[in-house]
Amino acid sequence: MFDAATTPLVQVDGLKMYFPIYSGILRRHTGNVKAVDGVSFNIQAGETLGLVGESGCGKSTVGRALLRLYEPTAGAVVIEGEDIAKLTPEALRRKRPTMQMVFQDPQASLNPRMTLADIISEPLVEHTKWNADRRLERVYELMDAVGLNRRFANRFPHEFSGGQRQRIGIARALALNPKFIVCDEPIAALDVSIQAQVVNLLEDLQEKLGLTYLFISHDLSMVRHIADRVAVMYLGRIAELSPRDDLFAKPLHPYAEALLSAVNEPDPSLARRPRIILKGDVPSPARPPKGCNFSTRCPKAFARCHVEKPELQEVEPGRHVACFLYAPQTGSTGTSEAKEHNQQGEYQ
Amino acid sequence: MPDRAAPILDVRGLKTVFRTRGGEIHAVNDVSFHLERGELLGVVGESGSGKSVTMMSLIGLLPSPPAEIRAGTVMLGDLDLLKITPEQLRNVRGAKVGFIFQDPMTSLNPVFNIGFQIAEPLRRHMGMNKAQAKARAVELLELVGIPDAAKRLGDYPHQFSGGMRQRVMIAIALACDPDVLIADEPTTALDVTIQAQILELVKELRVKLGMAIIWITHDLGVIAAIADRVMVMYGGQIVEQAPVKDLFANPQHPYTRALLKTIPSLTGAREKRLQVIEGQPPIMTTAPSACAFRARCIHAFERCEVENPKRHGVDQLALGLGHDVACHWVAAPVPAETADV
Repeated sequence: MFDAATTPLVQVDGLKMYFPIYSGILRRHTGNVKAVDGVSFNIQAGETLGLVGESGCGKSTVGRALLRLYEPTAGAVVIEGEDIAKLTPEALRRKRPTMQMVFQDPQASLNPRMTLADIISEPLVEHTKWNADRRLERVYELMDAVGLNRRFANRFPHEFSGGQRQRIGIARALALNPKFIVCDEPIAALDVSIQAQVVNLLEDLQEKLGLTYLFISHDLSMVRHIADRVAVMYLGRIAELSPRDDLFAKPLHPYAEALLSAVNEPDPSLARRPRIILKGDVPSPARPPKGCNFSTRCPKAFARCHVEKPELQEVEPGRHVACFLYAPQTGSTGTSEAKEHNQQGEYQ
Repeated sequence: MPDRAAPILDVRGLKTVFRTRGGEIHAVNDVSFHLERGELLGVVGESGSGKSVTMMSLIGLLPSPPAEIRAGTVMLGDLDLLKITPEQLRNVRGAKVGFIFQDPMTSLNPVFNIGFQIAEPLRRHMGMNKAQAKARAVELLELVGIPDAAKRLGDYPHQFSGGMRQRVMIAIALACDPDVLIADEPTTALDVTIQAQILELVKELRVKLGMAIIWITHDLGVIAAIADRVMVMYGGQIVEQAPVKDLFANPQHPYTRALLKTIPSLTGAREKRLQVIEGQPPIMTTAPSACAFRARCIHAFERCEVENPKRHGVDQLALGLGHDVACHWVAAPVPAETADV
């Protein structure tokens, strides 16, 4: 792939985000919630990387740590050649316009006391020296771009529906012409008939403005629609990172397989097929299992999985899996044995 | 089929209105449906479509004021739930009709252990003493797949995970062996792998206990996985009703058709662009005098503006038994050969 020659817009290497636990009368530091525990990936310019996983797997934390809304515990986040994690506050501030975020809950992420025009122009006030007229002109431009009527400029967030509020959030994120946008569950709070409107808008804007997205979601069918490559997270680590079509055609990691199998398709004949039902719950990220994080629920786990953590490695061209069932790619030989192993899933 | 057993639940012409300071909201507009014994009826609709309010109206769970049930009958066996006294209704709730709510955290009481909460309906409705209730509670927890049931009776809700809490909710709802179980978005707050566990459990329990279930959800995928029959609600009305296979294979109402198209698929060809339903769901400030979906409908014509469509069958079966739809655009079948529109 010639793509590999170009430098990715976003390079994440060994990102860790631990939240300390303090307990006892002295509030001593007694442990860490390992929300993100060594995550690495790249995003090419113009690409959409989907980040999926269940609640508590650390996908939103990755998104926030990437923009340094949290101070990462360890690791590097290089965006356009600069390591975000090491920038001084002033340098970080100057960097902010290139990277923006669209939040999950448009109700909570818009200030109820500010008008729509104020909300969208706030980044302009912060980062440009434009006068009020020029800012308003830009606000109108953005409202047109996201499909909001210009007449609404002086209204307040509560006067809008969920879908429209999400458009306001998107307009605000676009105000400074960013290159990279983290979309953190942008459609999760919306009704089914409204979700498609917002997803189409995001795709149109990407095409028009050449944006790069990290699209965080738990909705696998929507991720299949919007993403070019998909990373599946489980308990703070990436289980599988594969091109979209490969992943959905044939997930390699047992967790990715179970996750896809659990999705209900809106089609009775597909939705009633036998599925892989995982036993038990996700372990606490404060006390992850000793071996592979998925070993406690994995239907294919064997002895090695309980003592050693598998690293993410390329097992097929472009496909990265963190699982001992797969041998790392070495030339042309390789994964046929592992593939066979994978076929004998434990169905119930 | 003339020789049918009477349905376990029969709702006719239900109308529920909320009186708010800003005026009336007509949340449920002339809703009629029935539930057969042992059947799983799926109710789909977007937020605000009236699906939850309909079901809560049935068993008097809506605070009044602001809610007011204007009309209708709700026959559970030969009991009209809208006419009986609050005391009688209390005997129905929990005993004959079980309810599972969406969020298991807020619907369990955090200050009582779950043993107490499961025993409560048993002692209230079944007249069991403490020891009997406890034994039955253990049985129920085992039934819903909670390991180490006897030990966990003393645990409080916060000591359970989301999926486990929902299992506890199901155990409470099942405690008195209800004839009807109403489940309001019971898996919406759960992750997909946990949702799969709960759906499996419900399928299993249906076979074991044979109760009728009303399953409210906005997720057509869940409906496809478990329902026998489906009602689609929009603007506080039933706009389409059909056996599950018919609904997905042959959706009739423009809303149902559009809804099915907006959802991207996990398999098959990947659509270049998602189909959208333009506009917003309506807020019903008056009783509908025109089709509630007309503003977003691609097929709307003059008649839709002036007349609220009634449900009519699209097959030869009586209303409620086969496939029916409330739409002027969908033609009623002519008894002879029908031409495709």
